[in-house]
Amino acid sequence: MARLAAKDKSARLLDIRGLRIEATSYPPGEPPRDIVIVDGVSLALERGKVLGLIGESGAGKSTVGLSSMSYGRGGVRITGGEVVLNGRDITKGGARLLRQVRGREVCYVAQSAAAAFNPARKLMDQVTEAARQHRICSRAEAEKRAVGLFRKLGLPNPDTFGDRFPHQVSGGQLQRAMTAMALCSEPDLIVFDEPTTALDVTTQIDVLASIKDAIRDTNVAALYITHDLAVVAQVADDIMVLRHGKTVEYGETRQIIKEPREDYTRQLVSVHHIPHRQKPASGAPILAARGITAAYGGGQVKVLKNVSLDIHLGQTVAVVGESGSGKSTLARVITGLLPPMEGSIEFDGRQLSPRLASRKRDDLRELQMIYQMADTAMNPRQTVGTIIGRPLEFYFNMRGSERDRRVAELLDKIEMGKGFADRYPAELSGGQKQRVCIARALAAKPKLIICDEVTSALDPLVADGILKLLLALQQEENVAYLFITHDLATVKSISDSIAVMYRGEVVRYGPRDEVLKPPFDAYTELLLSSVPEMELGWLENAMKTRKMASAGN
Amino acid sequence: MSSIRNIPVSAWIGLVLTALFVFAAVFAPWVAPYPVGETVGDVWEPMSAKYLLGTDNLGRDLLSRLIYGARITIFIAALATALSFILGSVLGFAAAVIGGWFDQLMSRFVDLIMAIPTLIFALVVLSVLPTNVVTLILVMGLLDATRVYRLARAVAVDINVMDFVEAAKLRGEGKMWVIFREILPNALTPLVAELGLRFIFAVLFLSALSFLGLGVQPPDADWGGMVKENKEGIVFGIPAALIPAAAIAVLAISVNLVADWILNRTTSLKGGRG
Repeated sequence: MARLAAKDKSARLLDIRGLRIEATSYPPGEPPRDIVIVDGVSLALERGKVLGLIGESGAGKSTVGLSSMSYGRGGVRITGGEVVLNGRDITKGGARLLRQVRGREVCYVAQSAAAAFNPARKLMDQVTEAARQHRICSRAEAEKRAVGLFRKLGLPNPDTFGDRFPHQVSGGQLQRAMTAMALCSEPDLIVFDEPTTALDVTTQIDVLASIKDAIRDTNVAALYITHDLAVVAQVADDIMVLRHGKTVEYGETRQIIKEPREDYTRQLVSVHHIPHRQKPASGAPILAARGITAAYGGGQVKVLKNVSLDIHLGQTVAVVGESGSGKSTLARVITGLLPPMEGSIEFDGRQLSPRLASRKRDDLRELQMIYQMADTAMNPRQTVGTIIGRPLEFYFNMRGSERDRRVAELLDKIEMGKGFADRYPAELSGGQKQRVCIARALAAKPKLIICDEVTSALDPLVADGILKLLLALQQEENVAYLFITHDLATVKSISDSIAVMYRGEVVRYGPRDEVLKPPFDAYTELLLSSVPEMELGWLENAMKTRKMASAGN
Repeated sequence: MSSIRNIPVSAWIGLVLTALFVFAAVFAPWVAPYPVGETVGDVWEPMSAKYLLGTDNLGRDLLSRLIYGARITIFIAALATALSFILGSVLGFAAAVIGGWFDQLMSRFVDLIMAIPTLIFALVVLSVLPTNVVTLILVMGLLDATRVYRLARAVAVDINVMDFVEAAKLRGEGKMWVIFREILPNALTPLVAELGLRFIFAVLFLSALSFLGLGVQPPDADWGGMVKENKEGIVFGIPAALIPAAAIAVLAISVNLVADWILNRTTSLKGGRG
């Protein structure tokens, strides 16, 4: 802290004025051209304050965040404006100044800690590296500092934590270790680039709380980059909303959340409120899973224990749980990719064969699947027309113009035009790709569609559109969904019944309104209380009232 | 036609030279100034207007023999490469998709074959079997197929675990569709890159065999055989052996220039539309 006191405390820490960032794109067959990624963004940050940068992917939020250390990822250039840090413009200081600034005055916390740590070196070496490089303190002192930070961030066995390698700790712990790395050299500013996006909701809240405490205790300033407005509302003093590289709205957190002025911000704030009324279950279930027990490695690792579920036609059953709870394995068992050890599945009144290879074609047709990553779920060498048209050829033997007409109809259903039939997946946006996958599933005229985290790779507004589309299609086609997700907001907006899974077991199961009504069991309580809400002070309340620690600890 | 304008210079050079070789090979009887086996002049005559590239060790016209040699060399190498690719890639893809015992059996068998040096293996086989064009193509094709198999299997194993292949299996598609419609188009890029290289290896392999006397038999000659026939001349400063050697090198480079260009086109995931 002595170093901090020596500097001028009254002045602004970071002042970005009229920032303009460009990159050169190389479209094949055309001359390269410059494109503007960030245009005219200005922001100011005082010591000890947190500014949230929020926007969809491609909005330029990471690019703006990295400009505070005058760094352009992937060949982007800062072509205009000033980045004034501690009273000097670091874009004009040359490499020498940048070496002083990076790691000493500004530190960076990356989104994927697992990819950002060097797997071959112990955590302690990596956490203390910046402090040692800049000769801020001796090795022993840096390690003492690191242990203190491990303790503050709530890591287990802080004294020996640094002796582990990155693969020996969980994802949430690694993310906190990276925060410790950023804090270790006692910088003036930390750039957090989506530090909790890759984490489970129950782990996210722990990391969020420890980041917030660390910021408060060390009086460091921070730029917090995320696409989740509810998360940023918990930690930021001010929020800047970005879109297409331009500032949409910039103001105090309370004002942005409570009284947004721009339409776009209002949309972001209101996302996740899809009105949906729970439909009562009636008649025989289309799919009934009874006492499913499944394991990998020839019975060595049991991932599902005695799971039973009913799905009714025209209804949505949501399966919720954190990663490793066995929700995706349940999908694999139902589709026949993983034959269960025990239990049976009844589909539309007939017994489903446990193996995929021995299932009848109609069983396959009536049970379709939509994947989390639409990118890898479509053959990149087939056009949209082929992708959607193949199930038509395969199941209904449609050919030629009859097939093309039906493809056009399906494209219409997913709110995309006929012109898309000739496109390749690489020519579609993320949301469009997922829509094509939905159309492919619909083409088979299924009775049940398994949706495996279909919206979790998408931006909130795009995900919202996909959910609305799925609900509309359910009304039209009377299809049932088995909706696998870890996102409880999604569950609330589309499900009719809910199964909460924890370590391979269904811990709570029933109609939506009953499952979401207290009293809760300990795990459901934890899950529900961990979903960030767009309210100020939610984080503190949630931490206070929790009964059970998350599985990450 | 924007596609013709977009061909880079290097690809043009490759295309023109390859076309020239193929043209000479196909129309050899009309292009060559003299018959292939006829002694028309003195031994090792220098280049002149009458004999454009001079004559060889028996006084035959070198240019004519080069043109006929192109025919044999390209024909055998192309067929051997085609055989090795069809066999190697189909078996490689099948091993990756079917897996289990089939994969084990195929892969260990291929390992076994690859453990024996190719040239020695070919020499043994060819010294037992009657040396004609068909055996040559079969032996070269089968031996090369082991390399293609390994590449194709490695590529297909990676593609086989992608979600779109799983989606096809869930749809109930058969193995043929999975191999030829899902995996093959995505494996084409590394395979085409390998194709250019393998063709050249086939040319070199054939030349090596002929040089050792087990390849194409006289009076016919491929380029490797021509190097062998004229190798004594090098001692006397006669370039007759270097000319077919240069032809091998030029063919190698031009085919690879074309392969590189095709590679660039097939890498595009937007159907080459930019």
